[in-house]
Amino acid sequence: MTDSRVAVSGGPAGRRSYGERVFSGSMKGAAIAVALILVGVLVFLAAKGGPAFGDGEGDLPAHATNFLALALPLAFGSVWVAVVALLFAALPAIGVALAATIYAPSARFGRFLGAVLDLLAAVPSVVFGLWGLKVLAPAMVPLFEWLHAKLGWLPFFSGDPSVTGRTVLTASVVVAVMILPIMAAMCRESFALTPPALIEAAYALGATRWEMVRSAVLPVARSGIVAGGMLGLGRALGETMAVAMVLSATPDLISFNVISSENPSTIAAFIASTFPESTGSRVNALIALGLVLFGISLLVSIAGRRIAKKGAQA
Amino acid sequence: MTATVPNPTAAASDIAPGALAASTAPATGTAPTTGLVPATATVTAPLSFDAPGSMSISDVSCYYGSHLAVADVSLEIPGRAVTAFIGPSGCGKSTLLRAINRMHEVIPSARAEGTISLDGVDLYAKGVDPVAVRSKVGMVFQKPNPFPAMSIKDNVLAGLIIKGQRPRASAADELVERCLTRAHLWDEVKDRLRKPGDSLSGGQQQRLCIARAIAVQPDVVLMDEPCSALDPISTLAIEELMRDLARDYTVVVVTHNMAQANRISDITAFFSLASAGQPGRLIESGPTGDIFSAPKVIATRDYIDGRFG
Amino acid sequence: MSIAELVKGGERTASGRGDAVTTLAASKPSPARRAKNALATGAVVAAVVLTAVPLTLVIWAAIRRGSERLDLTLFTHSMRGVVGAGGGLLHALTGTLLITAATAAIAIPLGLSTAIYLTEYGSGGRLAAITRRAVDIMVSIPSIVAGLAAYALFSLLLGPGTRSGLAGAVALAMIMIPVVVRSSEEVLRLVPADLREAGLALGSPKWRVIRKIVLPTALPGLTAGAVLGVARIIGETAPLLLVAGFTDAMNYNLAEGRMATLPVFIYTQWSSKGLDTAAYDQRAWAGALVLMAVVVVLQLAARALPPQIAKIRRNR
Repeated sequence: MTDSRVAVSGGPAGRRSYGERVFSGSMKGAAIAVALILVGVLVFLAAKGGPAFGDGEGDLPAHATNFLALALPLAFGSVWVAVVALLFAALPAIGVALAATIYAPSARFGRFLGAVLDLLAAVPSVVFGLWGLKVLAPAMVPLFEWLHAKLGWLPFFSGDPSVTGRTVLTASVVVAVMILPIMAAMCRESFALTPPALIEAAYALGATRWEMVRSAVLPVARSGIVAGGMLGLGRALGETMAVAMVLSATPDLISFNVISSENPSTIAAFIASTFPESTGSRVNALIALGLVLFGISLLVSIAGRRIAKKGAQA
Repeated sequence: MTATVPNPTAAASDIAPGALAASTAPATGTAPTTGLVPATATVTAPLSFDAPGSMSISDVSCYYGSHLAVADVSLEIPGRAVTAFIGPSGCGKSTLLRAINRMHEVIPSARAEGTISLDGVDLYAKGVDPVAVRSKVGMVFQKPNPFPAMSIKDNVLAGLIIKGQRPRASAADELVERCLTRAHLWDEVKDRLRKPGDSLSGGQQQRLCIARAIAVQPDVVLMDEPCSALDPISTLAIEELMRDLARDYTVVVVTHNMAQANRISDITAFFSLASAGQPGRLIESGPTGDIFSAPKVIATRDYIDGRFG
Repeated sequence: MSIAELVKGGERTASGRGDAVTTLAASKPSPARRAKNALATGAVVAAVVLTAVPLTLVIWAAIRRGSERLDLTLFTHSMRGVVGAGGGLLHALTGTLLITAATAAIAIPLGLSTAIYLTEYGSGGRLAAITRRAVDIMVSIPSIVAGLAAYALFSLLLGPGTRSGLAGAVALAMIMIPVVVRSSEEVLRLVPADLREAGLALGSPKWRVIRKIVLPTALPGLTAGAVLGVARIIGETAPLLLVAGFTDAMNYNLAEGRMATLPVFIYTQWSSKGLDTAAYDQRAWAGALVLMAVVVVLQLAARALPPQIAKIRRNR
């Protein structure tokens, strides 16, 4: 009887709370550290990049006269390449996600397709860059000539087509392949959330498979698809090596032409290809460009999360 | 030890459902236990509220946030005996059970008020470590939950392993055999102690969980509907085990199965609630034979006769 | 098209005909509907092909072009003093291993601890909400920006122009931490709550229950998450190009001096090639093949682990 009295209110309490305090304290410390890392990223970038926003001619790379003249064409290039890539990737991503869920002949096929997508997502961008440059670009040249001949009246295909194939179109195709898996993964998740009862209801009404998908699956998954698109867009904006290697770029150019030998560059590709040879204030300007890219990516990802959250509530 | 049973029940038998709070102070009368316990029960010692492992619950209320789930329960639990909590769903019997070993407060925002004492020591007194309480008052859950990352043997030793007190090999073997034997499981698993804990059948898993609970040498074993996920044969095995455990431990069991309460318990406490959303209250408690043959409160009789709701 | 429209269509068909047989015949999909359905199926198949083709082509190109230089010298030599043919990627392979190990040593403990805090301690609290938001934002940091941040940090600490393997590891850790936090959090949430309760009911303090029950139970999933995190950063090029720089020689010291890595090796073999361009191209492709092989092995390793977690979930 006295045993329990001792055990309940005795010594172990002190020892326990010490171990517990140390352990939970370390875990909490890690959580604080992670939050602080993000703050640190912003502070370091601002500290080093901040001065460049006011820089004039001579201090900036690519002979720019002020920071805006440097950043604007590059920001345009980033968004332009990313949007074109998104256009290429969107439908295949939805299609392959449907194949892995609704259309999959077996669960095994679905898993296999998942593995293929994971592998595609894991191919390093420098390998894609090498492939885009050495294999895809030359193969695209006949297509450019055909596009120019048939659709040359469109601003996208006017002017002489590139003979190397290192154009916005080629770069966008490579980026599209790279963002496809992440978009497909988001679509796959939202397709899998379709209530089975809804699918059965549609079939019970005599719907064909496609009518079932249109009436039951896609409406439910709409916000997931859009959120996946935003996620892909964010990834495309930050894609660096593939674009830096594939694109034959003129950094101060703004052009919608996708098959020309003269192409706008992107922020990320410009930083990667200029940084190793830069010093002093030019490095600061590149860091400032990084802040701009971070800002754009952040806006896109916040928009994507908003949409996904709205969808989850509906 | 004394052979008397204080009868902590409501006096009036004609209480209206609205006035369910009638569980009053104990010791209104005495009744010998002999003959009240069902035939299957093998009670050797007479019931005693002084026996080691006796518990006293007084004025206990349990909350989830601001929601009052259990109100003003006072109840004496005899040591080395089986006490059953019965009552309709939502009457707070599981909540009260979890309050006994301070598992209730594990849920965020959940708290309990009142006094619960074990052998005269208030488990809710200031400075009492809930972790220490749980070493003295063990618990077996509704669904068998052996640790899947541990072998059968390590599951029995889990209480010690978790605390970083793994015993030496020979002592460990001895403890494992003793606890598994006590849990009526030794013969079935002695040849595969290295297999993972979740490789056993449901009933075996539950007995493994009981072995795990008694390996930390508690005074009290709480069981939250331990048979509700099991088939009838496994249920029978657990019931026999509960009776057997009562020789050394105070057993408190929550059950939905009234026949089971009748078969295995020495004391039965009936809980109910006035309506959904209202707090659960203790309606009546006493020797199991009395509760089932001559309940004093209409609500108890209705429930036992299957006329509840 | 919505369910409601489908219902309306069905009603029209049904009310237009009399007996069941004609109704059945009439509700057989019209040729137009069947054609649309077939077209959709064809489009889905085409999407699968469109996905599989680039992957196949990339793997094929890496194997075909990469095997040209897949010789022993590749793994036994650095690029020191090499101007034309010959040379190898030993220095880059070593650098990748060192930097990846350093990254994992930073990101896995920090990420796992954060995930433990989020699932076991902080749920619902303010700090947890802030940390979760921070992780969300970190996921969207472009890798080159992580490289710039690490560069800015190290140039503030050690003066401008510093390049080191450690700076590369810090940059990669910024990318890997959110990956580890998210995957670990997901796995820890899969550990059934009743196991935690059972541990607590044995009279064990919470931190020991986490260490002895929760973490061992979640171990396969946690490992898989960590391996995928490594796979995610091992191919990263841009941040390393910025802060780890490039060298032709071996460097075993993470703390000092430029350090070559496989991805940067591939990039520089292409970007700054000498006169014998074919030799540089061959080395680039050989590097790509080795890197792809590493990534595939990591993927397969991660894939081999999770079923054990799935088993736990099924048994509950």
